[in-house]
Amino acid sequence: MDMVEDVLAGRVRGIARMMSRAEAGGGDCRAALAEIYRHTGRAHVVGLTGVPGSGKSTLARVLARAIRASGRKVGIVAVDPSSPFSGGAILGDRVRMTGLSGDPGVFIRSMATHGAVGGLARASLDSVDILDAAGFDIVVVETVGVGQDEVDILQAAHTVVVLSAPGLGDDIQAIKAGLLEIADIHAVSKCDRADANRTLIDLKGMLTLGVAGGDGWQVPVLPTSAENDEGIGDLLAAIDAHRAHLEDSGGIALRRRRIAETRILGIAEDIVRTRFAGRHDGRLAGLLDRVMAREVDPYAAAMDMLAASRED
Amino acid sequence: MSEKTGVIRVLLAKVGLDGHDRGVKVVARCLRDAGMDVIYTGLHRTPEEVVDAAVQEDVDVLGVSLLSGAHMTILPRMIDLLKKTDADDIILMAGGVMPDEDVAALKKLGVGEVLLQDAPPETIVGTVRRLVAERGPR
Repeated sequence: MDMVEDVLAGRVRGIARMMSRAEAGGGDCRAALAEIYRHTGRAHVVGLTGVPGSGKSTLARVLARAIRASGRKVGIVAVDPSSPFSGGAILGDRVRMTGLSGDPGVFIRSMATHGAVGGLARASLDSVDILDAAGFDIVVVETVGVGQDEVDILQAAHTVVVLSAPGLGDDIQAIKAGLLEIADIHAVSKCDRADANRTLIDLKGMLTLGVAGGDGWQVPVLPTSAENDEGIGDLLAAIDAHRAHLEDSGGIALRRRRIAETRILGIAEDIVRTRFAGRHDGRLAGLLDRVMAREVDPYAAAMDMLAASRED
Repeated sequence: MSEKTGVIRVLLAKVGLDGHDRGVKVVARCLRDAGMDVIYTGLHRTPEEVVDAAVQEDVDVLGVSLLSGAHMTILPRMIDLLKKTDADDIILMAGGVMPDEDVAALKKLGVGEVLLQDAPPETIVGTVRRLVAERGPR
């Protein structure tokens, strides 16, 4: 199991190769990943999300620099969407992540969603495990743009940072309603722009309308500007404060449990989905004919599929 | 290449003082449409940055687009860096505008393939697939 040794020793090639194996999802890597999992639990996992173009990758870059300046190692897992048609992907997050190269304390990995929701969570979380076991103190998971897809991955983070960009107008109201529930920290990007104040005021206003969460954490709204390198230190301080709050309040244990629960369920869903796709093409086609002929309803057909997958 | 999903990972880079990225974006798009995961680094990268990124991303193919005429300086440097990092199983490909005699010299040095400005998309996709298949699983 020298690949596990390479990961635990923090060797770049070993880490990178292990991530590829995990992403491929073959059975041969499960034993190695199981061994790696035993060495996890030290890293603080920060989820970074926001609408497309809000500046997640740029923020990840300046945040990584701040983390390095504080003497800690940082891993970044940057997720971009796969094409629903070809399955291919353009992973462009590295375009914004300049100036981090050549530093062994920074590891950046780009990943595609590969369609499956469960697949996204599984492979990305495997990569988080690998970075954790390799000794990275903070792992930043940068999601694709906001939607339903990345709820899984946000439930995988100890601290969730939601990034909003100024100038999104009326649409922001709808977006914020969904985000308020998952944000531990609100950050506003591009605060060198004049209209950023409006966004800050809107977010703060929205937060005062709701009942504060029962865990005693006050969700901060922080202005940032990667352009002028402003607010980044405050953001890192807020992340550290949230971590300290979780540890003091015992909330960290609840989060870890929730993360494990999400992963177990996600992996189980993934296995069922793979079984359906791989082994039941003929059965599905037959059921489809019968559903089309109104002989059975879709619910009964789904139950039939489930029963069949239990048999193998 | 991943055995199960069969997704080929490619990193495309622009290295040095070459600001023309229309070609590399077309290549990125056609590899994406062929079902590959394409990591793009953006303009003005150093050979060190690009090789670092290729190793962390564990790509099958590292593609460098060069229209600046600096290919005989930059590509040998990248071959050296890949060897030094013990990562010379990553296939190096080059694309752009280069004289024929340089193409022959580069291939002798270890560049997997050089595709010039008139290479059609299917040739690019086919070449990537062929080189990855020839290398075999890692």
